[in-house]
Amino acid sequence: MKDAVTPATLTRVERPAQPSPLSNALVFGWRAVLKFRHVPEQLFDLVMTPIMFTLLFTFVFGGALAGSSGDYLQFFLPGILVQTVVFNAVYSGMGLSTDIGKGLFDRFRSLPIWPLAPFAGLMVGDVLRHLIAGTIILGIGLGLGYRPEAGVPGVLAAFALLVAIGFGFGWIFIVLGLIVRTPTTVMTLSFTFLFPVVFASNIMVDPATMPDWLRAFVEVNPVTLMTTAMRGLMGGTADLGEVLRALIAPALLTLGLAPVTLWLYRRQ
Amino acid sequence: MKDTADAAQADRSAAGRLAISARGLAKSFGDTRAVAGVDLDVPSGSIFAVLGPNGAGKTTLMRMLATLTPPDAGSATVMGHDLVRAPHAVRGAIAMTGQFASLDEDLTGRENLIMLARLWGFQGRAARARADELFAAFDLSHAAKKQVKDYSGGMRRRLDIAASLIVTPGVLFLDEPTTGLDPTARQKVWRMIRRLARSGVTILLTTQYLEEADQLAERIAVIDHGRKIAEGTSRELKAATGSGVLHVALADPARLDEAAELLGRALDAPVHRSPEGGQLAVAAPSPAAANRAVAALLEAEITPADFSLGSPSLEEVFFSLTGRAEPQTEDTE
Repeated sequence: MKDAVTPATLTRVERPAQPSPLSNALVFGWRAVLKFRHVPEQLFDLVMTPIMFTLLFTFVFGGALAGSSGDYLQFFLPGILVQTVVFNAVYSGMGLSTDIGKGLFDRFRSLPIWPLAPFAGLMVGDVLRHLIAGTIILGIGLGLGYRPEAGVPGVLAAFALLVAIGFGFGWIFIVLGLIVRTPTTVMTLSFTFLFPVVFASNIMVDPATMPDWLRAFVEVNPVTLMTTAMRGLMGGTADLGEVLRALIAPALLTLGLAPVTLWLYRRQ
Repeated sequence: MKDTADAAQADRSAAGRLAISARGLAKSFGDTRAVAGVDLDVPSGSIFAVLGPNGAGKTTLMRMLATLTPPDAGSATVMGHDLVRAPHAVRGAIAMTGQFASLDEDLTGRENLIMLARLWGFQGRAARARADELFAAFDLSHAAKKQVKDYSGGMRRRLDIAASLIVTPGVLFLDEPTTGLDPTARQKVWRMIRRLARSGVTILLTTQYLEEADQLAERIAVIDHGRKIAEGTSRELKAATGSGVLHVALADPARLDEAAELLGRALDAPVHRSPEGGQLAVAAPSPAAANRAVAALLEAEITPADFSLGSPSLEEVFFSLTGRAEPQTEDTE
């Protein structure tokens, strides 16, 4: 076996029938799952911040903000789920930037595959990450005494909305990942944008006490609309309008940024 | 299915002819003309080297041919498919191994190949079988279950080339396949490339090593500042430089400058110093002229330790084409 390539393996291997776009996308999804197996540390990155936020806000600020820790947790938990998903969506953009830097993306681009498949794969990874992180945070919430009034159906509906939110926001970071050269810059830029959007919302506090100009922003902030819908779904008080308003931003982001993604991918 | 029928026809029409035919390919990045109009004809089943210093435009040229960078101007067919109008068909007929091992470092080697096999359309067991076959062929079976980040440079390179052979490509693009490898690993990669070519795969490789082009390639295109400045077999390139080159080594290296000046004047040609600095080479139009040049040295009481009249090395060819000592020294990337 000294002489590496034996002629037998090089007898022309013909190309099998062209796989479907779905099959291409599933392969990239499989890759995302493998990453969980080989880099389990990423789970730690995904849930540490939200866990700390949950504990900090519930026990340190909760009493002052809502009278008691228990009441505050009831208010806060659906919001922290939104925050978790929106923050974690950055992960895909960083991964993409790494793939491009390493030249792996060039290999994908030189293959005869569905051009959006690598992104669909990132999204599959994202959805898995959102579900896992969401479940862990919800589990901790339940352990601390959070009770979703709407029960299991409400929680399932809320998680479906959560996935839609993550999917929509994911496009922002995929576009950043395609434009920005290093993964750390992707992260810094993303959080510069995310911090105001997440904190100037109704996740942590009722905006009633905010100055008018800020309240005007908070009320139309997509994160607020999403949080309101999450609270509604988990608390059993949601109406259709609330849910639809929460879906406006994810839908617009997908419609607007998916074509941009494809264009950037081809242009590179 | 129509797609495959078209591909099969394109394959047949390309057989025995040109695997790549490019006319006037050009690409600029901002104000920099990376590739400034290059024609290229690569015969099917050959090893073709694109030789040039860093920043000469080799990689950009290759990326255009591999559909990764759209050209600003010019046209090309690869395995009979039009580069601009049918990029998807081109992708079906090529494989590219970039300058950096383009693999997922977190995954194992085997998972990387299975992933790519599935993307090509092998399913389940067939994908795993193809991966295992390639691992055995590339002498990597022992590392199949290791994460790629634990591979050595040579192993990565081999895995990277294996990843390009999941489906036998019509044209295999190799961007600087041995840059950064130790001599043993380099020999292994060279052997692999020769065997691939023998099996009928057309190979286009870029290199900044003259030795690599000389050793491997049937034809060599020399690229500098985005333009092709010469093309031919290694022998043709050497012949074009002049009928012969006078090589002189000095007994007293301290007088090298003086000797270089004398030789240059005697033969009216630029004098090239070998990288080690101990040897001078200068084109000589005839043995008589070479004789006179050596006589001039002796007259000045400079004693040659050794001198000979022979064909130029590829390095000297590059020197006479570009006026620069050797490709590696220019770094403008």
